[in-house]
Parts: sequence; C-alpha cells; structure tokens
Amino acid sequence: MSAAAHLKQRVAQKGKVRQFITPEGVDLELKIASSGLRLGALIVDLSLMLVVLIFFALFLDWIDAAASRDAIEMVWLIGFFALRTFWFIGFELGQRAATPGKRLMGIRVVARDGGRLTADAVVARNLIRELELFLPLMMLGFGASEDTVSGWTVLAGVAWSLTLSLFLLFNKDRMRMGDLIAGTWVVMAQRSKLDRDIAAEAETSGPMVFTEAELSVYGIFELQELERVLRIREPRAMREVADTIRAKIGRPVAEEDDVFLLSYYRQLKARLERKLLFGKRREDKYASD
Amino acid sequence: MIVPVAAAAALDAPAFSTSRFRAEREADWIAFDALLTRLEKRGAKGLSSEELLQLPVLYRATLSSLSIARATSLDKALLAHLEALSMRGYFLIYGVRQSRFDRMKRFFTRDWPLAVQAVWKETLIIALIIVLGGLTSWLLVTNQPEWYYNFVDEGLAGGRDPRATAEFLQSTIGHGKAATDEGSGALHVFATFLFTHNSGVSIMSFALGFAFGIPTMMLEFYQGISLGAMIAVFTGKGLGYDFGGWLFIHGTTELFAAALSGAAGLRIGGAVVFPGARSRLQAASDAGRTAGKVMVGVILMLLVAGLLEGFGRQLITDTVMRYGIGTAMLLFWLAYYYLPRRSAAT
Repeated sequence: MSAAAHLKQRVAQKGKVRQFITPEGVDLELKIASSGLRLGALIVDLSLMLVVLIFFALFLDWIDAAASRDAIEMVWLIGFFALRTFWFIGFELGQRAATPGKRLMGIRVVARDGGRLTADAVVARNLIRELELFLPLMMLGFGASEDTVSGWTVLAGVAWSLTLSLFLLFNKDRMRMGDLIAGTWVVMAQRSKLDRDIAAEAETSGPMVFTEAELSVYGIFELQELERVLRIREPRAMREVADTIRAKIGRPVAEEDDVFLLSYYRQLKARLERKLLFGKRREDKYASD
Repeated sequence: MIVPVAAAAALDAPAFSTSRFRAEREADWIAFDALLTRLEKRGAKGLSSEELLQLPVLYRATLSSLSIARATSLDKALLAHLEALSMRGYFLIYGVRQSRFDRMKRFFTRDWPLAVQAVWKETLIIALIIVLGGLTSWLLVTNQPEWYYNFVDEGLAGGRDPRATAEFLQSTIGHGKAATDEGSGALHVFATFLFTHNSGVSIMSFALGFAFGIPTMMLEFYQGISLGAMIAVFTGKGLGYDFGGWLFIHGTTELFAAALSGAAGLRIGGAVVFPGARSRLQAASDAGRTAGKVMVGVILMLLVAGLLEGFGRQLITDTVMRYGIGTAMLLFWLAYYYLPRRSAAT
C-alpha cells in the first residue's frame, strides 16, 4: 500500500469517530456503525420476526380446534400488529439498546447528546421505521393496482419514498430519518476479550537484541499489524512477515520465526512507547522518526 | 495503585512500563467486566449492595486506565478491550436511573398528558382539518350521492353506500332484525382489521410529519372526508341519530387519537420549518421526543377504541347509552390531558 492510500484509509477511519465525552472528561470516541452493518441487522431482525410469526401462526393453527376461526383470525391480526410495532421498541428499551440483529452485528443505539436513551426517543425512531420500510412498497402496490396512474408517476413516487428510506446513505453520521427525529445514533458496541500481553511473554524468550537502526524502520501502524499476526499465530503468515522484516533490516534467517517476531515486536514496542512518553507519535513507516 | 518510589527502584524493570501498568490494573478490569455482565443479565438485583458500591469505583478506575493506555500503550488488543469496557460501563451506569415500574408510572401520570398538552395548538389545527374534510364530503355526498364512490374505499365500506337500503344500513349499526341473524364473528374480525388499519394510518400521519407536515394534513383531511361521506349516507336515509350513536361510542376516542397522531406529525413538521433559535436537527429531535410520547399514548387510545368498537358496540345497542359512553370517554380524555397539574418535580 502506498503512503497516500494509507493516509486516505486512516482519514476515512477517523471520519467515523465521534467525540463523546463522559462526565468524567474521558472521550469514549464512539464509532458510527456502517450502513452495511445496519442493513445486516435489519435483515436479521426481519427474518427473526418472520420466524416468530410463522411459529405464532402454527401455534394458532394448533389450538384452532378449540376456538372459532374468527377469534383466531382476530388474535393473529393483533399479534402481527404487536410484533411489527413492538419488536424494535421492546428490544431497544432493554439494557443493551439493541435488537437481536443489532446485537449480532455489534452495534447499539445511543442518544446523540450523550444523555440517557429515553423511551420516547426509541418509540419515535421506530415508528418512523414503519414509513421507511413500507412507503416504497405501498407506492409500488398503489402503482400496480391503479391503472389510471402512469408509470412515470409511480416511478416518481417510489423514488421519492426511497430517498426517505435511503436517507442514511446521504449523511455522514449514517442517521436514518428516525434517528434524525429521535436524536439518536447507531454506533459500534463490539465486545472485545482481553487478550494476553504478548510483550510480557516475549521478555522470557531468547536474548535477541536489535540495534536502534534496525528498529527505526517501522511505526505504530506496522507494530499493530505485527501484533495482529502474532495474536493469530498462523505459521504461513508469520513466515511471510518474518521474511519481509528480515529482508528490510538485512538479517539472515537464523532463528525460529515466532522467536524472531516476538522479540522484534517487544523491542519495537518498547522503543515506540518510550518515544510516545516523550510526546513523539510515529504513525507509520512513512512518518519521520 | 501508585507504586512507592522505593519499591519501584528496587525492581529491575524501568519505573514505568506498559506491561507493568497492565499487570497492576488488570484485576480491576476483570472485576468490572464480571460485574457488568451480571448487571446486564439480571439487572441491579443481581448485585449485592457492596458490589453496587464498588461499581462506580471500578468504572472510574477503568476510565482512568483507558486514558493512561491511550497516552502510553501501543497494544491494540488492550486499547480495544478498555474502550469497549468503558463504553459498556458508561451506558450501564448512566443509563439506568429508574426501575421499569417507576418509568411506567411517570409516563402515565406526567409524561403522556404533558406531551399531549404541549401539542394543543397542533391538535386544534388537525381537529379543524378533520371537521373541514368531514363537512366538505358531507355536503358533496348529500347533494350528489355519486361523489361517495370517490371518497370511500370499497373494502372499508363493507356495502354501506348510497345504493344500500335503509334496513341494511340499520343492520350494520346493530339495529333491526338482520343484526342478530348475521354472525357477529365477521364483525369482530372487521373491527380488528379496522384497529390495525387505523393504527397504521395514525403511525403514517405521524411519520410523514417531517415533510413539513403537509402529507399529515392531507391524510387527516382524507380521514375527515371518508367520515363525512359515511355520515351523509346514513343521514340521507334518516338514520343520522342512530349512526351518530354507533359512531360516537368509540369514535370520540378514535378520532381524538387520530387528531393527536396528526398533531404529533405536525409538531415535527413545524419544528423543521420553524426551528427558532435552535439548529434544525436539534429542533427536530426535540419535537420528535415530545411526539414520540404522544404516539405511545395514541396507540394505547386506539387499543381502547378497538375494545369499545369490538365489544362495547356489539353489546350495547341502545343509542342513548352509546352516546352516553362516547361522551364519558371524551370527557375522560379531556380531563386526563388538559386538567392542570402541578409543575414537574424533576
């Protein structure tokens, strides 16, 4: 990857981070969830609702023998309505502020002003979903049933309603129409397990010492990529990375790949962190040392 | 947590290292994580009082660790974990302030009526629009019955149109001979269908509000139109008084709810057009919150209307009684919403 492309990627990632300062004065740096994740969450939720609806219908069919057909029909209608309206609202009012789909995608709803996510905000954002999901469908249905309306009118109607539904693609905060009205955001809320400290492990490994010149070729980005490779511990990837580093710093192949990489990682990390304490943050290998 | 200078000097390692930072604080993070997991699963009841007291301490320790780690550590896994943990902690600790029951109580005693009170101007406007729509179509259909077919959807009319005989019309409002023969089951289903349909229309008229409130007003005008046309059919056959009762028993609640949903939509539209000193985004989200509260109320009102329609109307066939119940419901809603109450305590 070239320096320019690299920079571009980092700027793009930074563009998604929003300042979110807690009362303690720490910036939580929330990351806006991407539109792909939002769509994924919606699809999961809709499929789950469909499954629930099918089971509900089967259940009603099973007790059908006891009650009259009309009563069953009535219960089904009300059940369908309740499911459609309260699935999203019910789940988003919970502790995690996320529907099962959102939870699966690792995202959650947050009040934009940093305050508590209130029930009215959740209700407002989800009632508007009704419009965003069903208006384009209604427009299509309307066009299909009315012969008097010309195709162009239908097209215009669908296009208009789609701009509402796809509103989130047109703003950088990825807000739906409902988010806009309710004053909410959807942000990343992925859990991450506390992995072991690989630098501490490396302290016990062999006495390989790298010179200052050998360590000064990389920056923070490369260090963290190296960390990723070391955590996954895939032999082929480690071999490739080790060979690249050896070629770069001009060392012969003398040790096991993992021993080499671990001690290089540890010493590079120590060096960069020491510089960090002195206020010098070297983002990547292209930045000046 | 601060290592004494003498002890630090005794150790071989440099006075500050990120590995050591982690080793010293890791126990706190693990404890905090465990508490949060239990809090998420079982709520505040899952923790003992000591653990509850520990929670904010651990939370602040984690936040402080995050700040230090950001400034000193380059361990990506560590940073990601601390960020995720702090975020989880923040939303749990600052999110839960009331139990569900308290929240509910507050909604019914304060939030709901106050939100409805706040949109009184919009409610009046929408009510006028509905009445205007009703009058328009009533006059048109009374003079020229053919207009009816332009106004009312066949599926919703259920055979109640100007061609119908007075006997048939009478039977549809629960009077005369035919009412008892025809199974009332189909009517139940019809009533349920109407409930979900009306809720759908109400949600739409709220949701369309942000388009400057214009679609909302159109939708409400249209509701008035179909109502007026229906009334005209019955008054044309001299059944106005009976139909009034049939409509009144649930109509006061249902139309009130329709007007409120329109008002909620109009509130948002108004905020988008005239945001005042706030930014448009801010104004829209402020209005959205008030409107959201109103809408929860609207759905509850429609549920009540559905019950009155499905059961009350089938059981009570006396017209005076129907008027009585309808009026009582209207008075109840008016009193609940608009009677002055003490100003907010919080």
